[in-house]
Formats: sequence, structure tokens, C-alpha cells
Amino acid sequence: MNGRVDWVAHGVLCCGVLLFVLPLWLLLAGATQDAGAISRGELSLLPDLRNLGVFWSVLNDRAPGGAPVWHMLLVSAAMALAIAGGKIIISLLSAYAVTFFRFPFRMLCFWTIFITLMLPVEVRIVPTYAVMADFGLINSFTGLAMPLIASATATLLFRQVFVAVPDELVEAARMDGAGPLRFLRDILLPVSAANMAALFVIVFVYGWNQYLWPLLVATDPSLDTIVIGIVKMIGQDSVTDWNRVMATAVLALLPPVAVVLLMQRWFVKGLTEGEK
Amino acid sequence: MERRTIFAGWVLPVLLVAPQLLLTVFFFLWPAGRAMWTSLERQDAFGIRTEFVGLDNFADLFADPLYLDSAVRTVGFCAAVAVLAMGTALLLAVFADRDIRGRAIYRTLLIWPYAIAPAIAAVLWVLLLHPQIGLVAHGLKAIGILWDYKLNDAQAMTVVILASAWKQVSYNFIFFLAGLQSIPKAVIEAARMDGARGWRRFRTITLPLLAPTMFFLIVVNIVYAAFDTFATIQALTQGGPGKATETLMLKVYRDGLINLDLGSSSAQSVVLMLGIVVLTALQFRFIGRRNAE
Amino acid sequence: MSHSVHRRTLLTGTAALTAASLSGVAAAQGAKTKIVFWHAMSGPLGDEIGNICKAFNAAQAEYEVEPIFKGTYPETLTAAIAAWRAGQAPHLVQMFEVGTGSMLAAGPAVKQVWQLAQETGIKLDPEAYIGGVRGYYSLSDGRMASMPFNSSTAIMWYNKDAFEKAGLDPNKAPTTWTEVIAACRALKAKSSTPIPMTTSWPTWVHIEEYGAMHDLPVATKGNGFDGLDTELKINTPPFVKHLNRLLEMSKEGLFKYGGRDAAAGPLFVSGEAAIIFDSSAARAAIKRDGKFNAGAALLPTDPDVNPNPINSVIGGASLWTMTTPKRTAAEYKGVATFLKFIGQPEQDAHWHQVSGYVPVTFGGWELSKKQGFYDRNPGTDIPIVQLSRGKLTANSKGFRLGRMIELRNIIQEEMEKALQGQQGAQAALDNAVARGNKVLREFEKSAKG
Repeated sequence: MNGRVDWVAHGVLCCGVLLFVLPLWLLLAGATQDAGAISRGELSLLPDLRNLGVFWSVLNDRAPGGAPVWHMLLVSAAMALAIAGGKIIISLLSAYAVTFFRFPFRMLCFWTIFITLMLPVEVRIVPTYAVMADFGLINSFTGLAMPLIASATATLLFRQVFVAVPDELVEAARMDGAGPLRFLRDILLPVSAANMAALFVIVFVYGWNQYLWPLLVATDPSLDTIVIGIVKMIGQDSVTDWNRVMATAVLALLPPVAVVLLMQRWFVKGLTEGEK
Repeated sequence: MERRTIFAGWVLPVLLVAPQLLLTVFFFLWPAGRAMWTSLERQDAFGIRTEFVGLDNFADLFADPLYLDSAVRTVGFCAAVAVLAMGTALLLAVFADRDIRGRAIYRTLLIWPYAIAPAIAAVLWVLLLHPQIGLVAHGLKAIGILWDYKLNDAQAMTVVILASAWKQVSYNFIFFLAGLQSIPKAVIEAARMDGARGWRRFRTITLPLLAPTMFFLIVVNIVYAAFDTFATIQALTQGGPGKATETLMLKVYRDGLINLDLGSSSAQSVVLMLGIVVLTALQFRFIGRRNAE
Repeated sequence: MSHSVHRRTLLTGTAALTAASLSGVAAAQGAKTKIVFWHAMSGPLGDEIGNICKAFNAAQAEYEVEPIFKGTYPETLTAAIAAWRAGQAPHLVQMFEVGTGSMLAAGPAVKQVWQLAQETGIKLDPEAYIGGVRGYYSLSDGRMASMPFNSSTAIMWYNKDAFEKAGLDPNKAPTTWTEVIAACRALKAKSSTPIPMTTSWPTWVHIEEYGAMHDLPVATKGNGFDGLDTELKINTPPFVKHLNRLLEMSKEGLFKYGGRDAAAGPLFVSGEAAIIFDSSAARAAIKRDGKFNAGAALLPTDPDVNPNPINSVIGGASLWTMTTPKRTAAEYKGVATFLKFIGQPEQDAHWHQVSGYVPVTFGGWELSKKQGFYDRNPGTDIPIVQLSRGKLTANSKGFRLGRMIELRNIIQEEMEKALQGQQGAQAALDNAVARGNKVLREFEKSAKG
């Protein structure tokens, strides 16, 4: 702005950061404590800098017959990318269709899609598994990602964005002789860039953090995701090396942060496009 | 709800909507339909003996005063979570949208916690909030508050609301931010020229332009609070003490996946779904329409 | 192109072969029959299961067991149910003890151990297994339904350092509830720890174990072993008196409720609580993570309820053989061979010693004694002593109740309301019985279909 420091903004944001980064910080600090500290409830706020090597050492961790941590990170990344990419593409297209066209059963289509918002996969897991088995998709990468791609959230978001596009803009585009697909590419995509970036971050993390479905549908250890790997490390009826669990959890946070950083630029891009 | 200007033809739109629809039918409608059929049956966990019982499962639910208590509790819980999560996020987003130094860092730090694996987040909450050994307990003890959410209903409810809302703030923040970014700077500038500032500018210019995002987030937050908070509650209180923090979805989850009472669990999901569908339809009708006009 | 055509013919050809001859073909080709084993052991115990399977695979040439982690016990059960419904069940699945009623009601989905032994001709002798362990997983007539694997029991853990500070003998744990109260008062007076006593697993310890050791029925029909029309009996005077004692202790500041299931565990490990009732399997965590001397002791009893307390019941899990339409005789034989393998004294003793669970066979127990394990690790025999105390009765065999997790939870809910002061001990247990019986009737209907 005009050179003045916006103290109010900094104050509010610092409070927010404090509130929301605390768990993150605890994770980092916890990773460097001794293995039993967490079991004793000794959640120290001060990381023990001598133990930073733990991050490197968990990277090559592997349970007997299991995949190493870096491999699980790759599987998670692939799954999250497939889900995020798939979701955004099909939701963008269907929201476009429902908003800018009239076709038979249009609203039925919308509500059919919308209803997938309800009933998380946990509730319909047994029948969903049966469907996947019928398709022969159990224990495959496709089976891992496919059922999670259908998404009402993304469709609803794009619909909201599209509904807000001024009619004049649509008219003007039509005057210019733009067909429906060119309109989508030249007008709608730039307008929704910021939201698309936001959505990508959210959906990527959603895919990244899936647990129950991958656990059930994949039995091949080479399909283990990092979240399954983390849960596997939390000992049942035995000791848990909490420092290693936390270190793995910190590593599992890196790809999502990369995505956030990458998408930051898109936010700014959305801004400049909006100024046109 | 309706646009005046539209493109002609129906082949293209049907092609566009087809992939989404197919996925929905195969991976949602079909299994959800099967699950719903189960609500009319009594069956054992493995589905070996099934018996059609009509609406018995529903009748049992509504005859159970504990279930009705849960329903009332769920409404309050959802409202609290949605208001808290959206209010906090909007506040942070508005300030993060300002032209200040280090805003990229603020943004990243505010979005990042969303990525913590739920299994780990649950462990952190349990430890942070532990009545005896948690940091929060130590802090509260220092100011003279007796903290024991394992046996105190109100504290237990506060804990699950805070933890549930906390998880959704980053989500809301990022969409509010995207919404704010999409508002053309020119509009804000014009308002500034007109002398509108501070709260008035926010209320008369920003808020209306944020309406589509707001509407989207209201729907998503209510659905989140109703359907996606059960894992957090299960980890923290398991619905206790007594039934003080049992929401409808937690009961669906427990009856379906732990108690293996599939008939009742399915009936409960049907009730819950109908409730949310009605609620959202009303929103579309009243808020959604006002938006578009 | 030609490659894929070739593959397709090959596939059709394979499918055309009957299932029975498949194993012959596999054997002729030198391939091993694969046995899939789903388990719920995470952390170091998950690794240990991997080692057991490796040992089995190395010990013979015909079968190969593949262990796969499927989450917590309830998640593993859900996975098994979903897979069975889709015809893709694993050969073996590890199932917690409270799921026994549901698994037994699963009829054709499982092949009980006695059936498996009969069909494969591989002898799996029930007599080799310790009574208190075997009983839980057997039918009323003694035939084994599932294979005991990881078993523990609830015992008392106490902080020896805190006892010493309170002027109590650290090597003499209280044995009766009267002594426990006295010890707690001493602990409180000297404030050696902020909390004198807490408990994990409220229902398991204070209803199930309490009932078994004092030879009191928790439910009618021999705790459910003799029929699905069983009803809870936990609102009788001894149970009410015991719950009332906990309520009084809570009021006096001697007992701190730490939450449901295993939630109270950290209270003891952190040194906050001087006494905890918890699973014997908590040993590894207590020993490594606790910064004090911990002692293990028998659960306290009430001599005026029963002067000669008998055995406690187990917790933990057993292995169930599951069916699919395509399963071959060779596969079942592989499962039986594996079950026989893990029941050998060397294997059982090894698993017992590395895991902290009790041995499930007499052979494993004897071998561990001979190897001097209990001399080297004082206190590790406490759970076995408690499990084999007295003569097994209908009340101490275990529980065969449907939807047992739900029952446990209902009892915990009512206990919590009592601890909050909303209701007395009698009312709490009356409510638990009323609500629990409703669940039992529902289960009865669904299991009879």
C-alpha cells in the first residue's frame, strides 16, 4: 500500500498462524524427541536439534515385505494427482454443461451429481467394494483412485463460479462468433483460475490423506500409501517409535506444501486475469 | 438459478456431463442404492441371512429417545462448526488478501496444516487436549479451570467442535482467498474513490461479490460437519461422556463399521441424507436464487 | 497384438482347467500354493508376524504365506466382510476376541478349526492349548472354532517408585480391593503421584474380568455359550457393589477415570497414576517408555464375594479360516499346516517372548520356563498364573455375546454417567442391562435370520 505497515493485518494473521501451525510445530518437535516421549505425554515445544537425522533415516524405512517410505510417498503422490486431475476435469466439464446448456434431465443430472456429497465412502464401503470386485479393479491403481474421482464439491464450486459470470460476457463472446468450446477455453478457464488452483490444493490433499479405501481395496504392499504406512507404524499392543512416526508424517507433508507453493502463483494469476 | 443466455444443442452437454455421471452412477449411486436397500432389511454382517423387514429399522430409530437426542445435538453441532470454521476463515482470508509483506508465507502457513494426515492429527489432538498430561490442560489449570472433558459434557462438546472446525478452516480459507482474488481490483478501487471504506466497503462491495463462494462454502461446511467429522469425534471422545458428543453420523459409522448392524446403520444414513438434501434444496431455493439474480 | 492374443488363449485355457487340478498343475510347475493372511498387527508386532511367516515359508516347500496388514481389528473385520461378500476373502484373518460371536454366526463364511482338521487330516489337537485361552474360541462341546494366537489378560500394573514414596512395600502389591483402597489412600496422603489409581478397558476389567474371577455370570446361558437367547446379568449385587466402590473412590479422589478402552494408558506411562488396570500386553510400552520401576500383579479380588477366585479371561485375537467359492483343498491344507506350525512349542514360545502376549500352548509355556524366560523377566508369568488359576467354570470360559463391542460401549456410557453423578451404581447397571438386552435380541434375530 502506501508504505505504512498494516499492523492489524499482521496481528490477526500472526494469531491465525499461531493457532493453526501449532500442531505442525509439535509434529516437527515430536520427531526429534526420544521414541517414548509421546507415550509419556511429553510433547515438547522445543525440537532436539541433535536428532534431525531421523528424517533421513525414516526415508529408507521398510517393514518386512513392505515398501520403503519413499515408495509410499510416490504412490500417494500418484494417487493424489490422479484424483485431483480427474476430479477437476470432469467437474469442470459437467458444471459447464449444466450451467450453459439446456438439455433433457439437466437438473436431474445436477442433483444426481450433487448427492454424492453425502455418505462418505466409509458408509458405503461394503457395496462399493463389491462393485469394484465386479469390475475386477480390486488391488489395482485404477481401483485406488477411480471411486474417489466422482465429486459433487468440485462441480458445485464451478457451477457457482459460472453462474456469477455476467450474461454480457457470454453475449459478447457469442457476437465474436466463439463456439461453446472456445468460450470455455478463452473466457471461463481464466475466470475460474483462482478457484481451480484452490480446488487443486484441496483435492490433492483429500486424495493424499485417504486411508480406509486404499487400505481395503489394495492388498499388494507395493500399493501402500504413506498414510497407511504411518498407521502401520503406530504399534498395536507394543511400543511405538513416535519420533519415527512423526518424522514420517512430516515427510508426508512435503508434497502437499509443494502443491500449495505451486498454486500460489496461480492465485496471483487469477488476480491479474480478473483485472482485465 | 437459471441463466438467460445459453448455448443451443444437447449432444455436446450430454457428452460433457457423461464422464461425471458414469462415475457417479457406478461408484456412488449403485453402491449407495444397495446400501439403502439394506435399510429395509435385517441382515447379519456377512449378508448370509437377510430378511425383508420393511420400515422396521426406521420405526426402531424414531422410537429411541437417545436417537432423537442425537438428532438435536447434531443440528447444534453442525451450526457451531460451520459458523466457527467459516467466520475464522473469512477473517483470515480478508487480511491475507491485503497487500502486505510476507503474505505468501502467511498463506502457505495457513493452508499447510490442512495436509496433516488425519490419523496423526487425531494423535496430536488427543495429546494436546489430554485432561492430565496435555498442554491445554496445563494452561487451563494455571488459570484455575478444571479441565476434564472425559467426564464433563460441555467441555467434551467444546473439544469436538473446536477440533472439527479447526480442520475445516484451512479449506474455507483457501476458497475465500480464491474468491477475494477473483474480485476485480477495479471494483474495489471504484468503491474507494466513492469514499467507501473499512467495514462499509466490505459489507456493500466485497461481501455481495463473495456470495457465490459463500453459498458454496455454506453447503460444503454443513455437509462436512454432518458427514465428515465422525473420525475426529471417534478419536477424541468416542461420543462420550455418556452420549454427550454423539452425532448422527458417528452413530452411523459405529453401527455400520464397528457394531455391524448394517440394517440400522443404512436406515440412519437414509435419514441423514434426506435431512441434508432437504436443507440444501431450501438453501438453493432461497439463498442460491438471490445470488444469481 | 499377437502377444495379447496369445495371453488371452492362455487365460481361457487356465480357466478351463478345473479348480481341483489347478493345485496339481501348480505343484508340477514347482509353484507354491499361496496363503493370504490378513492381520491387524502394526508396529513391531507387524514385523514379527512377517518373521513368523518367513520362517514358515522357509521351513517347507509347498506353501507360501503372505501376511498383509489391514488396519485396526474393526477395519480388518470390515475388510474381511467386504472381501467375503465379493468372493475374495483371504485364507486367514486375525480377529479380536469380541468379534468371536459375530464370526461364529457367520456360518458358511468361515471354516472352523475342527472342520479344517477333519477335512485336511491334519491334527490340530485342542488339548495342546491352554484351557483359558482355548475355551474362549471353542464351542460348548470343546471343539475349537478358531485358532488362538495373540492372547493377553488384564492385570494390575503399579509404580514401584511411587509405592516406596508412599511408604508401601514396592514388592508387595495389594491383592484385595480393601488393600487397594488402603494403598490408594496412602498414595494420596503422601501425594507420590497426582493420581492414585486409574483404569484402561473399564468394561473388560471391571465387569468381564471381575465376573469371571469371582465366578459370577455376566450373562445367562453360560455367558452366551449355550444359546443366542442370552441376557445380561450385570446388575446383581456384587457388580453394583463394585461399581459403587469405584464411584466412591472417584469422589474421594482415589480413582481417576481416564476414558474408554485403552485411553487411560498414557496416565500410567507418564507417571501420573500409580496404579492402572490394563492389558498384560502393555508391558513393552510400559517398560520402554515409563521412567520408573513398574510392577505387574494379579487383579485384586473381593474375598467376601469369592474367597477362592478363579481364572481371568483372555483378550487379544485368534485366527479364523475363511472360505471362498473357488478355494481348493490344497489351500485349506496349507492353512492347516500353517496353523499347526505356529502352535509348535518353539514358535509359540518365540511369539510369546517377543510379543508380550501369553503362550497359547502348554508346550510353549513349558519351553519358556525351561529356557528361563520367567526368571530373566520377573512378572511376565503373572498373566499366565492368573489365567490358569482354579478350575475353569461356565462363568470363566469367556463370552459368546453378539455385538460385544457395542455392549462394552453401552456399559462404558452408563458408567460415565454414574461417574458424572447423573445416576447411582444400581441405576447405571440396570440401564446397561436394559439397553444391552435390546442389542442382544437384535443380534439373535439377525443371526437366526
